Amino acid sequence: MSADKTTAAPMTRPPRYDKVLYPLLVAVLLLGAWQGAVTGFKLPPYLVPSPLLMMQTLVTDWQVLGGALLFTVKITLLSFGVAVLLGTLISFVFVQSRTLETALFPYAVLLQVTPIVAVAPLIIIWVKNPTASLVICAALVALFPIISNTTLGLRSVDPDLQSYFEMNRASRLQVLLRLRVPSALPYFFGGLRISSGLALIGAVVAEFVAGTGGNSTGLAYQILYAGYQLNIPRMFAALLLISLTGVALFVLMAWLSRLALGGWHSSELSRD
Amino acid sequence: MAVEVLSAHKTYPNGTVALQPVDLSIREGEFVTLLGPSGCGKSTLLKMVAGLLEPSDGRLLLWRKPVDRLEEAGRKLAFVFQAPTLMPWASVATNVRLPLDLAGVPRAQADARVAEALTLVGLEKFAQALPRALSGGMQMRVSIARSLVVQPDLLLMDEPFGALDEITRHKLDAELLSLWAQRKLTVVFVTHSIHEAVFLSTRVVMMAARPGRIVEEFHIDEPYPRKPEFMVSARFAEIARQLQDSLLRASHTSQEEPSA
Repeated sequence: MSADKTTAAPMTRPPRYDKVLYPLLVAVLLLGAWQGAVTGFKLPPYLVPSPLLMMQTLVTDWQVLGGALLFTVKITLLSFGVAVLLGTLISFVFVQSRTLETALFPYAVLLQVTPIVAVAPLIIIWVKNPTASLVICAALVALFPIISNTTLGLRSVDPDLQSYFEMNRASRLQVLLRLRVPSALPYFFGGLRISSGLALIGAVVAEFVAGTGGNSTGLAYQILYAGYQLNIPRMFAALLLISLTGVALFVLMAWLSRLALGGWHSSELSRD
Repeated sequence: MAVEVLSAHKTYPNGTVALQPVDLSIREGEFVTLLGPSGCGKSTLLKMVAGLLEPSDGRLLLWRKPVDRLEEAGRKLAFVFQAPTLMPWASVATNVRLPLDLAGVPRAQADARVAEALTLVGLEKFAQALPRALSGGMQMRVSIARSLVVQPDLLLMDEPFGALDEITRHKLDAELLSLWAQRKLTVVFVTHSIHEAVFLSTRVVMMAARPGRIVEEFHIDEPYPRKPEFMVSARFAEIARQLQDSLLRASHTSQEEPSA
């Protein structure tokens, strides 16, 4: 195995820093152009703040924005967790019985296609606790990719391998744990990547709809509020934080996926 | 008799006759090859023997027991698929241990048997490797080790080396023969290669397609162990020619199926 690794290394294409370097170059170019345009055309900060001003606001308003970031991240992670748990459980039920899947899958689709903005006001009225209502909204958005991907994965079993298990009189539980779950992992992680982003979107959208003040406010509320005050630099700073949260989630999921599948699944093998 | 097929046949619900009623008896210790073109029902027959397919009618007995009650006869069978059919996420050792794990064999005992099986196929150094790190031929060896680890009496192989290059195939054929002799196995082997059939078998069962059926049987009384030189001998060529003729006759007499 160790010999395998050393021979594989020179064959793997662009070393890792390229993956960071190239996008970074684009960022520098874009930010430079943006800064140049703002100073060159003397754009007022209440229309377009310069990147420098945005960073400055991020630092000066950190008291407000940091707390809001924490709140949004909390909602996102909670709803993501709920979605993963619930979605995985539902898929397990679906694979055990075609009848149940046929009966229930349309409702999973219904859940997915109903815009969360339309449902959120109801949930916010029904559920007293603001955190809980936001988590429910965001989890609803994040749920579907987990269900559909994991169900597909649990069914995507090599038919010969399945025959082999049957021939050896494997129990349902053995088939599930030793065959279906490992086969489903690549699909499950694909679902995680989509779902983590959706949880963030759900959290932000729900908060926009909720729009409540009080002490528990997230980034979306900061954007709304800064908008009313024409505090555009703060809007941009909050927006930046939301984007960075999304990127961080994506990177985290990609890392988890590599950790779990790196050895064997073709999606995570280095190309040669 | 190790295997008795009593007028078993297979017709699919859409009317396709995969296999006409077939009778076949295989004695213990025989190496029987089912040979024929695609669509002749050789895989169907093998899968019915393995209990993977239900016959539409007729009976199949292994040591006088139906396949699902084989353990009453104190016998075991193992099936080797055309593809290695390994779990890509699990190490070679875990793959080979699978049938023992499923049967609840204690870990220490299972590990000892896995080591033994891997030694038999010459892969003891690769126990911890993942399947993707191995070549096609080596993966097939893992698959064979997994079938041997249950210490089967009957080994059913469905074109196991069909996807391998010829040199690797010859090598694995030779290894298979030595395992067969060493372990006193009964083997039913499916192939579409005449040469492979002649080299391996004590008996070749020739099958024809549309509808799938048995047309002829050949006993090959060349003594074992068979050396690679056998493959270039005049005798080998003669037997191969007979099989070839039989195959041609069989395909000539194949009736086209009436369109339903």
